Amino acid sequence: MAVLLFSAEQQQKFDSGLVEILSHYPADRKSAAMLPALRLLQSLKGWLPPAGLEQVAERLGTTREKAYEVATFYVMFFTRQPGKYVLDVCTNLSCSLRGAEKVLAALEQKLGLKAGSANDRFTLRETECLASCGTGPCLQVNEDHHESLTPAKLDALVATFT
Amino acid sequence: MIEVEKVITKNWGRPGSNTLDGYRSTGGYRALEKALAQAPAQVTEEVKRSNLRGRGGAGFPTGMKWGFVPKDNPKPVYLAVNADESEPGTFKDRYILENDPHLLLEGIAITCYALNCHQAYIYSRGEFKGPSATLDRAIAEAYAAGIFGKQLMGKPFALDVYQVRGAGAYICGEETALLESLEGKKGWPRLKPPFPAVVGLFGAPTVVNNVETLANVPAILDRGAAWYAGLGTEKSGGTRLICLSGSVNRPGVYECSMKTTLKELIFEPTLGGGMPPGRQVKAVIPGGSSAPVLSADELDVAMEFEALKAKNTMAGSGGVIVMDDATCLVRSLWRVARFYAEESCGQCTPCREGTPWQTRILRKIEEGRGEAGDLELLLHVASTIAPFPPIGLGNTICALGDAAALPVHSFVSKFKLEFQSHIAQRKCPFGDAPWGHFGGFA
Ligand SMILES: Cc1cc2nc3c(=O)[nH]c(=O)nc-3n(C[C@H](O)[C@H](O)[C@H](O)COP(=O)(O)O)c2cc1C
Ligand code: SF4
Ligand code: FES
Repeated sequence: MAVLLFSAEQQQKFDSGLVEILSHYPADRKSAAMLPALRLLQSLKGWLPPAGLEQVAERLGTTREKAYEVATFYVMFFTRQPGKYVLDVCTNLSCSLRGAEKVLAALEQKLGLKAGSANDRFTLRETECLASCGTGPCLQVNEDHHESLTPAKLDALVATFT
Repeated sequence: MIEVEKVITKNWGRPGSNTLDGYRSTGGYRALEKALAQAPAQVTEEVKRSNLRGRGGAGFPTGMKWGFVPKDNPKPVYLAVNADESEPGTFKDRYILENDPHLLLEGIAITCYALNCHQAYIYSRGEFKGPSATLDRAIAEAYAAGIFGKQLMGKPFALDVYQVRGAGAYICGEETALLESLEGKKGWPRLKPPFPAVVGLFGAPTVVNNVETLANVPAILDRGAAWYAGLGTEKSGGTRLICLSGSVNRPGVYECSMKTTLKELIFEPTLGGGMPPGRQVKAVIPGGSSAPVLSADELDVAMEFEALKAKNTMAGSGGVIVMDDATCLVRSLWRVARFYAEESCGQCTPCREGTPWQTRILRKIEEGRGEAGDLELLLHVASTIAPFPPIGLGNTICALGDAAALPVHSFVSKFKLEFQSHIAQRKCPFGDAPWGHFGGFA
């Protein structure tokens, strides 16, 4: 038997969320809502599973291929399930001038994982400028922003991971 | 240093500055009322006379851009607000969204009225979880107060303002890639012309403006174009938000006079507060990582469009990045080059192929594997993407190509010795401390 994509409650959230999203687009331009729709799907499932992409495409009156094309273009969309914690460390110039490479090295050591790799618990990535250059070094954990990092702050953050 | 009246940052740090009540308590939405009492064309005229220029990167005159929207066209007009803020070194729009979102929303409302636009999309970068939530709260407040919705502040003018969050792609800050993304596609820039003001979102006329640009509009309507123009220089009205980062004591966003120089920015006690102990300035990027670099003896220049253009660089997005004498510039350029290679959308051959080659050659030099001829090869690759100077001759669909090539041309020509010594010594002279770290993660 096929595994259901959504629980009843999730399905309800997905349906009502899509109605709200589509109210901001011209009626004949439903497929324009692709980014908000994928974001909605990812907020419910933690990633973009194939059945979900299919459902988004169908609701927006477009093809599964189009949904994949968009999903794979943007780094914040996951077409594979990421670790429980996704860590994006900015190593662009301003942050590197304030120690970003050391932040990354410290995380690699603490998490036992190389940048650019993942396990069930963690996905550790270098990322590009997060528009927080005056308060670097900085990183995001599941999209939550952490800035002006010090070794003590990083320790405290890592201690919150379960 | 020239003191200037604050236009954008005047409410920052005030309690409740990001709420409707807080905004209204300092005269918020008064400018919208003034605008609504005028004809739309008059509002555009006022913005033209204010000499407001775009703060997103190119410095294009805002009123003139609005004037390009065809009159009597049968299609709707759209406003796309560029809140994608991803140019390395730039973090001002984040602060506007966090500290004074209604300033942007009032600017949007006035702009939509002037353009006869009934649908505005704010495209914010996907990583702005916090700022986006603050903005969405402000939008909801404006709806609840009857500012947006079926009527515009009681006037029969429907306006929907909707925030769309991006999902992590620098290229979507480029205005036509942004429109593609708003249409639900991957961010591939479009060939221009036609320009968005004529053929933009859904094939309809669309004005694309940066967050800071629109945040200036309320003050222009409230205080008048002459006052606003008078704050700036002959060709550029108002103040500028400068984002200061890198090796400097007081990084942050500062609202400056257009006449403030880079030297003042770095050394004034109320601004950058000087260099960390024992350090000297070596190089400064004046307008986001795409802007050609300046050397320490070129800092007596006003941070303004025309003045920086005269130095073969640009005011760009206002991102000023300071590198000190303990910083390896080969490594710095390598990191910048890697950014453009990562973010190239892959549509044009010179950019798609050239940006990774620039990165590989720089890596080779930084890692001590550089050989005679590498610098010439590097400059050749950069020239294939975009020759320099002047700025703006790129061989590609969008200006990301230029942005990737300009740093290479400028770093190598201004700091040739440092590149050559990496090659001659077959190692990085800065050893394991190429960034000369200081600060929290020293
Ligand atoms: C590669 C690239 C990235 C850009 N990124 C941004 C950005 O993040 N934010 C922005 O406002 N403008 C960005 N721009 C400039 C926009 O294309 C456009 O000129 C600007 O949004 C127009 O607004 P303005 O006239 O108010 O400055 C970028 C341009 C290029 C070529
Ligand atoms: S210049 Fe680069 S980023 Fe711009 S359209 Fe061409 S390949 Fe894409
Ligand atoms: S360089 Fe790290 S936030 Fe900009």
